[in-house]
Amino acid sequence: MNESVVIHQPTTGEWKLPSRGVVGMACLIVAEAAIFIIFVVAYVFYIGKSIAGPKPHDVLELPIVSTICLLSSSITVHFAVSALHHGKRSLCSIWLALTVLLGGIFLAGTAQEWYQLIYHDGLTIQTNLFGTTFYSLVGLHASHVIVGLLMLSLALLFSLRGQMTVKHTERLEVLSLYWHFVDAVWVVVFLVVYVFGR
Amino acid sequence: MATQTPIAISKGDTALSRRLFFDAVQDWLTTVDHKKIGIMYIVYALLFLVVGGFEALLIRIQLAIPNNTFVSPQAFNRLFTMHGTTMVFFVGMPILFGFGNYLIPLMIGARDMAFPRLNSFSFWISAFGGVLLYFSYLGGDGLYGAGSAPDVGWFAYAPLTARIFSPGHSTDYWTLALLLSGVGSIGTALNIVATIICMRCPGMRLNRMPLLPWLYLVTSVMVFVAVSPLTAAQIMLMLDRYVGSHFFDTQAGGSAVLWMHFFWIFGHPEVYILVLPAFAFANEIIPVFSRKAIFGYPAMVAASVGIGFISLSVWAHHMFTVGLGPYGNTFFAFATMIIAVPTGIKIFNWLATLWGGKIQFTVPMMFAVAFLFQFLIAGLTGIMLSIVPFDWQLGNSYFVVAHFHYVLVGAILYMIFSAFYFWYPKMTGRMLNVALGKWHFWLFLIGFHLTFDFMHIPGILGMPRRIYTYEADRGWGTLNMIVSIGAIFQAVATLIFVYNLVSSYFKGEVAGADPWDAWTLEWSTTSPPPGYNFAITPTVESRRPLWDLKHPEDPDSNYEE
Repeated sequence: MNESVVIHQPTTGEWKLPSRGVVGMACLIVAEAAIFIIFVVAYVFYIGKSIAGPKPHDVLELPIVSTICLLSSSITVHFAVSALHHGKRSLCSIWLALTVLLGGIFLAGTAQEWYQLIYHDGLTIQTNLFGTTFYSLVGLHASHVIVGLLMLSLALLFSLRGQMTVKHTERLEVLSLYWHFVDAVWVVVFLVVYVFGR
Repeated sequence: MATQTPIAISKGDTALSRRLFFDAVQDWLTTVDHKKIGIMYIVYALLFLVVGGFEALLIRIQLAIPNNTFVSPQAFNRLFTMHGTTMVFFVGMPILFGFGNYLIPLMIGARDMAFPRLNSFSFWISAFGGVLLYFSYLGGDGLYGAGSAPDVGWFAYAPLTARIFSPGHSTDYWTLALLLSGVGSIGTALNIVATIICMRCPGMRLNRMPLLPWLYLVTSVMVFVAVSPLTAAQIMLMLDRYVGSHFFDTQAGGSAVLWMHFFWIFGHPEVYILVLPAFAFANEIIPVFSRKAIFGYPAMVAASVGIGFISLSVWAHHMFTVGLGPYGNTFFAFATMIIAVPTGIKIFNWLATLWGGKIQFTVPMMFAVAFLFQFLIAGLTGIMLSIVPFDWQLGNSYFVVAHFHYVLVGAILYMIFSAFYFWYPKMTGRMLNVALGKWHFWLFLIGFHLTFDFMHIPGILGMPRRIYTYEADRGWGTLNMIVSIGAIFQAVATLIFVYNLVSSYFKGEVAGADPWDAWTLEWSTTSPPPGYNFAITPTVESRRPLWDLKHPEDPDSNYEE
């Protein structure tokens, strides 16, 4: 018990701390979740308080295909990470490409929905409280999807150029955590906006 | 500062010295070293402290006598808005993050923060936010030629912030400045959490970690859940002002009260985000000058975590006067009173640490003892205000202003001063002048009590906050004069402090590695520490590794656990 404290002791083998990438991403997710909660609260608070139409029930349709695509992209990104972990680099590229594709389909679905709402139903962010809260909440989520897609595309690019190896597994895993978070937020947004709020 | 390679310069060689100057500037601008970033945070906060203090002086001159017209009513609105915003976002947050940045890696035996580049980014984006806020004095007019600096109050209640009532760009500068500083705060908090969880030196389990990193851990987690709502609310306000959405637009069915909720969901935890680091300083400084280990380490940790949790459920006590209904009132009054329990545990633990110790009244300890008493009084007026009918009577009066300044100045600023006197030797290698320090302490103490003790009374007599001036027959004149005279004492004391900081840097007594005979790891390395902090990664066996080193016959590890 009498060893001096500032002398290095070779006991570091058992001294293992969590990965800072994962902890950092977990912190970011907590902070982002708080932002989303405030937007969700605003949405729920203003349900049915719009003075003028259109109302959610008149214009919103369930985005089934988009939702399936986005949720399954969580599975594909998981497969990409585990492929990289086992050193199957080309398989990793394929799963990543599929993830980007599925995320892209989701974004296209949102774009198509917004086009419909703006040009045919006349709902903009200025129209009423529904428009205000809908576009800001869904838009906030969509902007997170865009950021995630940019990063996934970057990972795909590195993977295709053969620059991503087993030692990058943890980094890809951190990115996949973010992507899972974006998906989880969509589940909440889907339930609040399209199921209970309609 | 000490990491520059010393090169002999002949006196005539100005080209070389100029190049060295630019090298130094470039070194500071591009640094990712946690110690340099910490010092930049602190210096930046001190600059804003002087600016915000100057604004407070102008406010006090205006209010010193009845029917005064020292500044215009418009300028007065800008002054209290800028004073509040500056002090909370550009003094309080950066100074605490500065100390955290500097001290946490040193205390946990790490060589840097977990994400050094993110650290640098967070600092510069916060700094940009502060510059943006003050640029509003120049650019706030905008194309409309209306407005100047923000004048909507530091909590910027809707619908005053709507385009119609706040034309020009002043409110936009306020929003953007807070948004940027919020991003910086979240980045730094993330960095602090990752550093504390992932970078501790071998042997430093969480129950051996010094209390300062522990409290910063709690603070940082609170930053995630408190500052993010503010960021969200600022995004909504920007959408309202720029895109024409209706979040806080009462004419389209929007709710002004929703903004109040969102703001105070941030605003009240923010108080604890600011005060927990002050507690952290007290946790390190009081034991060292009592020559005893902290009393009740596990209780201190539990109380801090408890404060963190409870502080998330008290925000609406800022809104009792809005009318929350009996259930809301009861819940928030109860939660507010409950938070006094963990806070009380802390006060008793500090007292028990002092009890029976060989107390050394050094300058940091003087500030820490004053903190104990003043924080107690601040907490007691807080409990008074948590009682709903009392709050209905005194809400938005100078009593409230006196209460929260007692917390912010009497507790937080006192511990920040204490931390300066305590860690300045570590940061610069030189001691702060003790005589000047005592002048600073006593003058500030007199000024503080003249100002903030007497400020309670006009509040009880009915003086509302933020009024531009008042009639002579109200009977508030003498009291306000005393309050303003106290402000002058505080200003003089602060100038002495700033002079001390500068002059001691050049002429101060050389400190050595461990001037206070302290026990945590930062004192085991040189003052100032080298860029890599520790030549060899330390290994710890107890909460006071340097005690173990100095007293190998009786190490703490014999008694812990």
